[in-house]
Parts: sequence; structure tokens; C-alpha cells
Amino acid sequence: MISDGIIKNNPTFVLVLGMCPTLGTTTSAINGMGMGLATTFVLILSNIVISSVAKIIPDKVRIPSYIVIIASFVTILQLLFQAYLPSLYETLGLFIPLIVVNCIVLGRAEAFANKHSVCDSALDGIGTGLGFTIALTVLGCVRELLGSGSFFGLKLIEGDGMLAFILAPGAFIALAYLMVIFRKVTGKKA
Amino acid sequence: MEYVIMFISAIFVNNIVLSQFLGVCPFLGVSKRVDTALGMSAAVTFVVALATLVTYLLQGLLVKLHIEFMQTVSFILVIAGLVQMVEIILKKISPSLYQALGIFLPLITTNCIVLGVAIQVVTNEYSFINNVGAANPNMMNLPQAVVFAVATAIGYSVALILFAGIREQLELSNVPKVFKGVPIALITAGILALAFMGFSGLV
Amino acid sequence: MASKSNFTNMVVVLTSICLVCAAILGFVYSVTAEPIRQAEVAKINNAIASVVPEFNNNPSEEVFEVDGAQVYPAKMDTTVVGYAVKIKTSSFGGPMQMMVGFDNAGNIYNTSVISHADTPGLGAKMTDNNIKLRTELVGINPASVNLSVKKDGGDIDAITAATITSRSFLKGVDLAYQVFLKVQSQN
Repeated sequence: MISDGIIKNNPTFVLVLGMCPTLGTTTSAINGMGMGLATTFVLILSNIVISSVAKIIPDKVRIPSYIVIIASFVTILQLLFQAYLPSLYETLGLFIPLIVVNCIVLGRAEAFANKHSVCDSALDGIGTGLGFTIALTVLGCVRELLGSGSFFGLKLIEGDGMLAFILAPGAFIALAYLMVIFRKVTGKKA
Repeated sequence: MEYVIMFISAIFVNNIVLSQFLGVCPFLGVSKRVDTALGMSAAVTFVVALATLVTYLLQGLLVKLHIEFMQTVSFILVIAGLVQMVEIILKKISPSLYQALGIFLPLITTNCIVLGVAIQVVTNEYSFINNVGAANPNMMNLPQAVVFAVATAIGYSVALILFAGIREQLELSNVPKVFKGVPIALITAGILALAFMGFSGLV
Repeated sequence: MASKSNFTNMVVVLTSICLVCAAILGFVYSVTAEPIRQAEVAKINNAIASVVPEFNNNPSEEVFEVDGAQVYPAKMDTTVVGYAVKIKTSSFGGPMQMMVGFDNAGNIYNTSVISHADTPGLGAKMTDNNIKLRTELVGINPASVNLSVKKDGGDIDAITAATITSRSFLKGVDLAYQVFLKVQSQN
């Protein structure tokens, strides 16, 4: 189930969900990883809670209820970040509250968590979250290497790399190529 | 004058999708044809303007009650509620428009743009704004907030419609098999973003 | 599978979820409020420590305002060893906050950028401690140099391809210096 989330149903490369933070926070490997882990945190917890209470929620208020639960976990994450990881909080900025509308989180809740057991939902959360985190970290690495010549903050070359990759256009292009490589390697078409 | 700067900045210099990366999911999904792009743009502009208006007022209330940490939860609830309401009203008033917008309306709730703009409006500071007498002189007041929201949505629409036009052409050309679909769309978006970067420094 | 969607059910469930969540959030907020405040103070203190000579007081506790800027006196025992001036100005991408430290001789001890909204790889380079724009200012007495970029006839090297940011940075330093002079003349 976990490997499903990483390869078969990789949210970034296969399902093409959660694109906004993917492009917006991967200016470096650490940022990408931080964002991925933050989203995974929310994903696992919301999956667990939603699958536990799915049965008592009337169908018509299903989506608003899920949204409140997800938003609460995101807010908890926000507060914890502000208190203990302020520099990462500043770098990720607007994208932290945007985890609420990250299609991945609501998508998994709707498609999976409300139909499966708590244990399975937790595993699904871990798998999908890991898939997302790996995708973000890899994209972050690529952009950081090409754009500033460093790897996880360790400078490898003198001076600058190809600036375009840290900026907007590079994000789109790097992701495109990564997607192509992923497809070739796993033989999966989106 | 500030309004002009805001418009130019939101549409060209800080385009919400091409340089801020908000609204990318529907951007890649909806932009295959120009007429669907037009429909989506109209829907998004309307919801963003309305949502910003309400959340701006709501933020005032949150600050008064010292519960700013409820911002994320309350904002998204407001947005979800608004979208639901708009759907219901539209169905009653103009069934044809409702049909035309189709599935786009509910999708707008999870469109990063709406929540993104709502939050930006109450937290960002802009050096060209000078609200004399306000608690934070660089923050927008209500009319500026709504104008900002509309301008941003128009920026989104411009990017979306341009993109749809390009993609319609791409359908007819010879794309290598592995690039078909999302990758080639991403590269196109990247080049479009590169083009828009030329606007930076304009304001 | 889910319970019936009648009106009471919906209202009760949604309201209770909202209340429970609000309560939990309120709790987490109260727990984290102090660490958050401390993190912010630590950020300012780190900036101060990097721009003035060694001190053993708590400058944040002795901060005062001059012309809209915050001045943090750094003291070793009871003697002032320097002043850190926090300036807010606007740069290429938006507002910028910087800390400029002066020693008793009126020289710039060092500078630090607290926050900015400039482009990564270009204007954002001003946070790099090794960039010429900043290393050239260390130990300089602003009264003896022309604090503008070489392009404008001044003496300082701008960041390559980031002239606007460099200009804003130097303007911030100049503003800080004016504040410092005012403080010195008042003592």
C-alpha cells in the first residue's frame, strides 16, 4: 500500500495533483523536503481522523466537515512551525496554509479514508505523503543543483548556476523533464 | 494611481499562476480549449472577488477577538460556503450560465488562488500603498483589496486563455510520445512564464 | 454508511466538529504562543548580535524609537559599545527590513537583512554575507564615503544585475546612519 503511493499512484508524477506547492516550494532540496513532510503530516493525521469519524458524518455535510478537520491540522502545523521552525516557516510562507486546498489531502480523504479502516487510511497517508515528499525533494534537488550549484545547502560550484531554474520558468520545465523520466523508468503513462 | 499599478502588477509582473504558482492544477487541467478557459476565468474572477470581500471583513473580526489563528479554518469555510451559495443562486437565476460553467464551480473551492488571494490581501504589505491613518499603512483597505482580487483573477484569466490557445495548436502538432499530455503542457507554461518574466521591473 | 442527512443531524455534527476543532486549536495556540514570541525575539537578537561589537546586556529590552526606526543599544556592563538600528524601507519586490550596527567611532560595524521580498538569485543575494555590497561597508565611516552605487557616482559596488535592490540597501544604510547621528547628538 505504501509503495502504491510512491510509484503507482505518485501524486505528483502520475495523478498530477498538488502542483502549486510542487512548483512553488522547490527552490531548494531542503524546502521541497520540508514542504513534503509538512503535507505528509497533515495527510496522515487527517486520513486517520476522517476515517474514524466518517460513519457519523451525514453525507450532505461531508465535504465541509472534512475541510474543517484538514484546516485544523494545517493550523496546528502553522503554529508549531512558527514556534519551533521559524526560518522554514518564512521560506514556505503562503504555501503552508495552502495545504488546506492541496487537492491531494482532500482527494485522499474523499477517495480513500472515508471508505477504509483507520489503519489502512494511515498507511495510505504515509504512502501518498512519501510519494509527494520524494517528488518534491527530487525536484528541489534538481532546481537547486542547476540553479545555485548547491546540494542541500552545500555549495558545489563557484558562483551561480542557471538562475532560470530557481525562478518560475525553470520550475515548470524541470518538473516536465522529471515527469518524462519517471514515465520512462516506470513505464507508466499518466 | 495605485489601482493602475496594482492592475499592471497583478496581471503582468506578479502573475498569480506564472510567477506565484497558484492555481496550477486547474490551469493544467482546464486549459485544453479556449471556450472552457473563458468559462473558468469568469467563474474564478467572480468567486475571488466575492471571497476576498467577505474574508477581508472576517479578518477584521478575527483581529478584534484576538483569534487570528482561526484564519485558515474560517477563511476556507467561508470560501466553501460561498461557492456552494453561488452554485445554488446561479442555478435559480440563470440555468444557462450554470450549465455553461458546469463542473468548474465546485472545483473553485480547492483552487489555491481563492484562498491564496484572500490571505495575501490581509498579510501582504505594499510599498506603493499608503493608507494614512490605518494601523498598518502599507496594508490594503477594502476597495483596494477587491480591486487587487479582481486584477489577480484577470491575470489568471489572461494566462489561462493564452495557454488554452497555445494548447489547441499543440494538439495538432507532432509531440514526442513521452512528452504528450502534462509534460509538454508544463514546458509550454515554463516558456510562457519566461516571457512574462520580461515584465518584471515594470512597476 | 454515513448517518442520515436530515437537518438536525447535519447541523449538530458540523457544529460539534467546528467546536471541537476550535477548542483544540485554542489549546495549541496557548501552548505555542510563548515559543512563537520567543522565536521572534531571538530573530531580532541574532540580527543585533551580528551587527554590533560584543555586548552583555539585552538590547531588546532597552530599545527606543527614533524617526520610526528602532534603536537597540548594545552595552558591555554599563558602557555603550554600539547601536543597532532597525530600518524598514522598500526594495524591488516589496518592503525590506534591515539592521545596521554602528560602533562608538561612528563606523559601520556590520549589516544584516532581516526580511525582504526580492528575487532569489538576484536581489536576494543581499542576504549573503560575502557579497561585495556588504563586505565593503564593514568598518566604513558613512561620513567619509558616498553611499551610493558606482553607477550613480558613488563609491560602493552594486550587486550584479540587482541595481534597484542595491540602491534600496544603501538607502537603508544611509537612513540608519542619520538615525545613529541623531542618537549620538542626544547623548
